[in-house]
Amino acid sequence: MAQGTNAPLKARLAAAALVAPLLLFLLGVFVLPIGAFLFRAVQEGEVAPVLPRTLAALSAWDGTAPPGEPAFAALVEDLREARARDQQAGGGGIARAAARLNADLPGFRSLLPMTARRVAQPFEGEARAAVLAISEEWGGIAPWGAIRRAGGPVSDFNLLAVLDLKRDATGSLATAPPDEAIFRAILWRTLWMGLLATLICLGVGYPLAWLIATAPPRAVPWLMAGVLLPFWTSLIVRTAAWMVLLQREGVVNAALGALQLTSGPLPLLFNRGAVLLAMVHILLPFMVLPIYASLKSLDWRLPRAAVSLGAAPALAFWRVTLPLSLPGVGAGCLLVFIQALGFYVTPALLGGANDQMLPYFVAFYASRTVNWGMAAALSCLILAAVAVILAVYGRLVGFSRMRAA
Amino acid sequence: MLRRGFGAMLALGVGLLGTGLSGGAAQAQGRDLTIVSWGGAYQDAQREVFFRPWQQQGNARLLEETWDGGVGVLRAKIQSGANNWDLVQVESEELLLGCEEGLFEKMDYAAIGGREHYIPEAVSECGVGNILYSFVLAYDRARMADGPRSWADFFDTAKFPGKRGLRRGPKVTLEIALLADGVAPGEVYKLLGTSAGVDRAFRKLDTLKQDIIWWERGSQPPQLLASGEVAMTNAYNGRISAANQNDGRNFGIAWSGNVFTLDSWVIMKGSPNKAAALDFLKFVGQPNVQAGLPPRIPYGVTAKGANANLAPAVLANLPTAPENAEGALQLNDQFWLDNLDKLNQRFNNWVSR
Repeated sequence: MAQGTNAPLKARLAAAALVAPLLLFLLGVFVLPIGAFLFRAVQEGEVAPVLPRTLAALSAWDGTAPPGEPAFAALVEDLREARARDQQAGGGGIARAAARLNADLPGFRSLLPMTARRVAQPFEGEARAAVLAISEEWGGIAPWGAIRRAGGPVSDFNLLAVLDLKRDATGSLATAPPDEAIFRAILWRTLWMGLLATLICLGVGYPLAWLIATAPPRAVPWLMAGVLLPFWTSLIVRTAAWMVLLQREGVVNAALGALQLTSGPLPLLFNRGAVLLAMVHILLPFMVLPIYASLKSLDWRLPRAAVSLGAAPALAFWRVTLPLSLPGVGAGCLLVFIQALGFYVTPALLGGANDQMLPYFVAFYASRTVNWGMAAALSCLILAAVAVILAVYGRLVGFSRMRAA
Repeated sequence: MLRRGFGAMLALGVGLLGTGLSGGAAQAQGRDLTIVSWGGAYQDAQREVFFRPWQQQGNARLLEETWDGGVGVLRAKIQSGANNWDLVQVESEELLLGCEEGLFEKMDYAAIGGREHYIPEAVSECGVGNILYSFVLAYDRARMADGPRSWADFFDTAKFPGKRGLRRGPKVTLEIALLADGVAPGEVYKLLGTSAGVDRAFRKLDTLKQDIIWWERGSQPPQLLASGEVAMTNAYNGRISAANQNDGRNFGIAWSGNVFTLDSWVIMKGSPNKAAALDFLKFVGQPNVQAGLPPRIPYGVTAKGANANLAPAVLANLPTAPENAEGALQLNDQFWLDNLDKLNQRFNNWVSR
């Protein structure tokens, strides 16, 4: 009896032990670092250590009128202490807090260090008068609102910013002014370019997969190699090759000119056509291979039966072959579309300024402006878009249909 | 920005290696003067002109390191308490931020020849200017014999057909737009400080938008010119001269309205080798010593009188030549520190519409 209950448990433990290294590996090198990075989207660690008393003084502030003397006195005390700490240990705490506040309210980058420098000198009388004498800006609501928004351990500042939204001092939401709003348009563009790439891949890839699936066995390796060789070539190499082909005095323009088909060089590079062309080239194998697998496993007697029962070949394709190959089509479209959303190098090298997608801005914030909060928030946006698409796919098509592919 | 020019990856690698190896030794007293620069061909030139001659004078030994910029690196060095760098070449933005944060010693001008020994742009509280370089208007003489003379010509696509290259980002681009719109160099930042001025700059850029090809790395403008992709472009002056010198190009530079900036030497806070660092700065501040650099790499130098020691052909390629410096605009780092976030957002919005 005892053996009977223990054996499955033992087997299950053994199985768990076998997959444990993989799970730990995934947890350690994938889930944890990415999770930690994404958490930066909401993390606020710059302002609170520098201005703890000011934040305490602002905790009960309603944000409709400038705060009173206690907040100013707390600010002076905080800045004196932080400056002394920076001067002694060189931590740059004030500078980092100022950089974070500047992202919310331009001008803070110089306002905070300047105020810190000036209040370090002793002064007589009210803190409020002394701080206002340094800069009139402290008499407004905006700087205090920015400090309070950045004060918590977490905030939605970056997440709202990537949706072109912002909170004011009272905490209510407002949309960004039209000449600063950008990310909604970029999100739609990313989805639209992903969709276009997917549709073109499908249009090109399905006939190709059909060709390979129905080709005589001797030709199959050659056709397969034609699909797989580019697949094994580095993405950067293929993108750079397109640059060489498409540039103003490149191979394509030279050939067109030599054949006297065009009167002058065509602007082939740095536009959306170039980006889509290279994206399709790079993503095509991800469309062809699942469709090929699906066509290969198809029972070809079924379309033949349809034809023998009087259906025209086109109708037999439409009513029999295509529905049977749909799992491959679905898998291919999903693979291509989700990868297309993450394209960075190809648009950066081949596209113009208005062909850049969300990943470009992730790189922009991560490496150019060193604003990891925004980079993480944009990554969250891409992740959310992928999750929504997967959910819609699962709802409309169902993942079980992908099994065949 | 200069740093992107010279083997940035190598510099980073060497920098990391250096930090790793010398971290422990930093605590020990009596280490040699450690000088940190941008690496690559630039540091090779510095070695020949500055480092070796100073050592050969028998003043002291020195160690070289390279870095890739970023005030965070300097901050981490000071904060860790194990700083092993003494003299570092920094860009103007790092100079401003690091000085504000107390990462650098105040520059002791009395010990290095006095303030009036240097051109005024090179003198600041925490550092002394070392080289001066410019964003210039460049074109290919091989394709355009009678080239553009000013930023106004740059925006004139009727007179000079063809694409234009600009650095992707608001910095320098907005200055160029206002200069092209007829704003005097002295008025540019006053105007950019107002929203009307920013609007004006973007309106001017609107007129050229269809013809702009944006570049991001300093190596791109010479390539774009060479392949004929653009008819003219904004570029680092050193890159253009280097392409002429090394790749046999015949690129022309219109110096009118060039936007210049400086790299400076700073002494890290609490450096035990401050005296040696000052002695080195005094040595490399001599006009005849500085004059050795531009023939090797075309950047302007900062000691008054250094230009007198240069051959006319060398001087003609430098932003510090009197006829090139006329009407030049110094990049205002304080303005960009305050406004970059907001103008980046506005620029990205504008550029992708």
